[in-house]
Amino acid sequence: MLVQKLNAMAARAKTDPVSRRGFLLGAAATSAGVAIGFRPLAGLAATEPAKTGGDLAAYIAISEDDTVTIYSSQFDMGQGSYHGIATLVLEELGADWRQVRVEGASGNLAHYGNMAWGGGFQGSGGSTSMTSSWDRYRKAGAAGRMMLAEAAAREWGVPASEIAVEKGVVAHAGSGKSSGFGAFAKAAAGVSIPDDIKLKDRSEWTEIGNEGTKRYDRVGKTRGAQDFTIDVKLPGMLTAVMIHPPKFGAKVASFDAADAKAVKGVSDVVAIHRGVAVVAKDMWTALKARDLVTVEWDESEAETRGSAEIMAAYNDLAVKAPMAVARKDGDPEGAMASAAKVIEASYEFPYLAHAAMEPLNAVAAMNADGVLEIWGGHQMPDYYQQMASKTADIPPENIRMHVMKTGGGFGRRATPDADVITEVTAIGKAIGWKAPVKLQWTRENDMRGGRYRPAYVHRMRAGLDADGKLVAWDNHIVGQSIVANTLFSGLIKDGVDATSVEGSSTLPYAIPNLGVGLTTTESKVPVLWWRSVGSTHTAYATEVFLDEVIAEIGADQVQFRLDLLKDHPRHAGVLKLAAEEAGWGTPLPDGHHWGVAVHESFHSYVAEIAEVSVEDGEVIVHRVVAAVDVGTPINPDVIRAQVEGGIGFGLGSVLQEELTLTDGEVDQGNYDGYLPLRIDRMPKVEVHIVPSTEPPTGIGEPGVPPIGPAVANAVFRASGKRVRTLPFEKGFKSA
Amino acid sequence: MITLNLNGTEHQLDADGDTPLLWAIRDHAGLTGTKFGCGMAMCGACTVHVDGVPVRSCQTYLEDVAGAKVTTIEGIDGKVAETVQTVWADLDVPQCGYCQSGQIMSAAALLAETPKPTDEDIDAAMSGNLCRCATYQRIRAAIHEAADRLEA
Repeated sequence: MLVQKLNAMAARAKTDPVSRRGFLLGAAATSAGVAIGFRPLAGLAATEPAKTGGDLAAYIAISEDDTVTIYSSQFDMGQGSYHGIATLVLEELGADWRQVRVEGASGNLAHYGNMAWGGGFQGSGGSTSMTSSWDRYRKAGAAGRMMLAEAAAREWGVPASEIAVEKGVVAHAGSGKSSGFGAFAKAAAGVSIPDDIKLKDRSEWTEIGNEGTKRYDRVGKTRGAQDFTIDVKLPGMLTAVMIHPPKFGAKVASFDAADAKAVKGVSDVVAIHRGVAVVAKDMWTALKARDLVTVEWDESEAETRGSAEIMAAYNDLAVKAPMAVARKDGDPEGAMASAAKVIEASYEFPYLAHAAMEPLNAVAAMNADGVLEIWGGHQMPDYYQQMASKTADIPPENIRMHVMKTGGGFGRRATPDADVITEVTAIGKAIGWKAPVKLQWTRENDMRGGRYRPAYVHRMRAGLDADGKLVAWDNHIVGQSIVANTLFSGLIKDGVDATSVEGSSTLPYAIPNLGVGLTTTESKVPVLWWRSVGSTHTAYATEVFLDEVIAEIGADQVQFRLDLLKDHPRHAGVLKLAAEEAGWGTPLPDGHHWGVAVHESFHSYVAEIAEVSVEDGEVIVHRVVAAVDVGTPINPDVIRAQVEGGIGFGLGSVLQEELTLTDGEVDQGNYDGYLPLRIDRMPKVEVHIVPSTEPPTGIGEPGVPPIGPAVANAVFRASGKRVRTLPFEKGFKSA
Repeated sequence: MITLNLNGTEHQLDADGDTPLLWAIRDHAGLTGTKFGCGMAMCGACTVHVDGVPVRSCQTYLEDVAGAKVTTIEGIDGKVAETVQTVWADLDVPQCGYCQSGQIMSAAALLAETPKPTDEDIDAAMSGNLCRCATYQRIRAAIHEAADRLEA
């Protein structure tokens, strides 16, 4: 749903060809445009640095030393998008993994706009990186191969059609001539882009779908050699730390930094739009000095409610009529009124923190020529360039964005207010750009810095007819909008924020009378997408409530779903595969029970079956069997890794994660209070991939939603307890 | 000035004794493989070895390691460490990779002490190392695999 809406907006966007110096490989695969799909942004400029050394393309550069550098439009926060894009290029280019480097690209929407969103906005999200890149990067690779072959043909005086490009070698069998890529790098750059770029038939693939391929970046990441934003080092660089207001919506009234400024090594203490920054020669000096600053806050506009009050208000709203209708099939109210039996339940979901391992950060440096360079986890680089432009009052074409790999993201690096980007820019400006500045949030800054998965309440009702058949379904969702008052507010249509209801509004089950309503609430607690977005709560509410119906009827968890999924073969396909691989129907050890869930998010289909026991009041998840349908699998091992990790990430959230506020202040500051999964609660996970020739979809997020309901449904069978309040730490004990 | 023996080299650092080892390693010695995650020994991203023992460098202070040998991810060597790093890559353990230096430092110390760890040993030794990507299944498999290769 999100994707269609973004597409529709991008289609309305005014197109305006972006000129760019030099030679653009793969131009035929893209649509030119500027990023105005969301809210008009003034004059986005092409600011990518000039590439040298045998520049073949906006997407690929081949150096004379044979190195193939791939410029990725998609951001890598660990999910493997760089590796996926490299796989697409390598397959068609005929390069070898040992040659490959991948760099984050930005500054040219015509080439880096996300094609899954119509091409008008560069960004990574909604598990779209492979969808966006599938044609674009294969065509770039294929064009590169044809141009290398043409350059070699001219040099060797043989027909290009007789030249093979494989595993990093350009070869002509007839003459016995062969070479690496580097020797033809310059000559190939002078060959015209082929008009007819021919892609390999899937029967010829050796890289796409290869089970044995390991991630190109694995070695650096096991030797401490992978650089993140925190590792950026520049001559004379200073380190800044932030003091943020204790309540959301508060502002600096005044501050006293006399003691802090007296600390040796402290450079500046400055008030900016989001708090007070302490700037020093290194991190420890900045942290020590920060403790000496006192700040008076203006809390007149601040949020002062606690999460318990917020949740109580949501529960009241949930039993009233919804403010907006997200879906209506048949006559849900009438069918509910005439049902022989009505089942009701409410589910509560807390705020959640992303809590990525690398606390938020960014680096800014002003060059002598007036160009501002900003390093960071730029999940929306052109938009952040605009935000930095406004903050610094510097034209966007004089701001260069360096997209760094990031130590986890889960949504937190795609932030409509560009928090750390505007902070580091404001700090640099406030100190007169006298030195490069690295802004490093502490864990407490990060945990209390807002942008949470919103809290929600779902009120569910189901109606059964006299024969026990499910004839009515009503789902009322209450919670904050992620996109309201942001550049993405166009996603709200007829009062419905698609990101609040996706998963509920797309329920696949054949129920004749089905209603989904939304009441959007307001709060100053800032919220954001969190790995799998709406499906983080809608999958739980719908799949656990369906299980309440199944338990009432006394049906089989798998067969009941399959009977209602006749028109949804991909949902049914993953469910059947998971059941088969789990050994559905065969006896489990004493005290062990199965729970099932199936859910589609971002056009990927995932079923998970959890084997659970409850021992001494503790929920133990022993084994999870997952089946996924992501269309054409590009890197099977990356798909498995993302589902394994998604299950661990999702399991931690349902078992023990909760972000709470008291009188407007966040209670948790670090990993002592906020509790992601640790290794001792990680179950054994098996991932099975449905063979498919459909176009590829994503897998960074879709592994997350089914695990919570699968475990909850097993826990019900193991204990008789229905967990309706998350996390289990709270809801299991009180159930 | 304070002396730090880091990866076999004596460094003279212009830092106070109360500086956390983490920031001395990163900001003063300039080695960035050791990561900052929490600052309170809750996540393990900053794990280094002090005389072979895994410690959280964010809660260890320069004055505490005078005369000791500090080893970071850039400096570990020997059969156990080399095997752990090789297996880590062979099993494609890292996702974002940010916590992996700390994971590997903890795993190498575990295997040096306990050559054939059980799942319970692994839970006990590795529960202090958070991985938000939840690569735990592969971490567990990699430790078992490294133990097997070291035994062979």
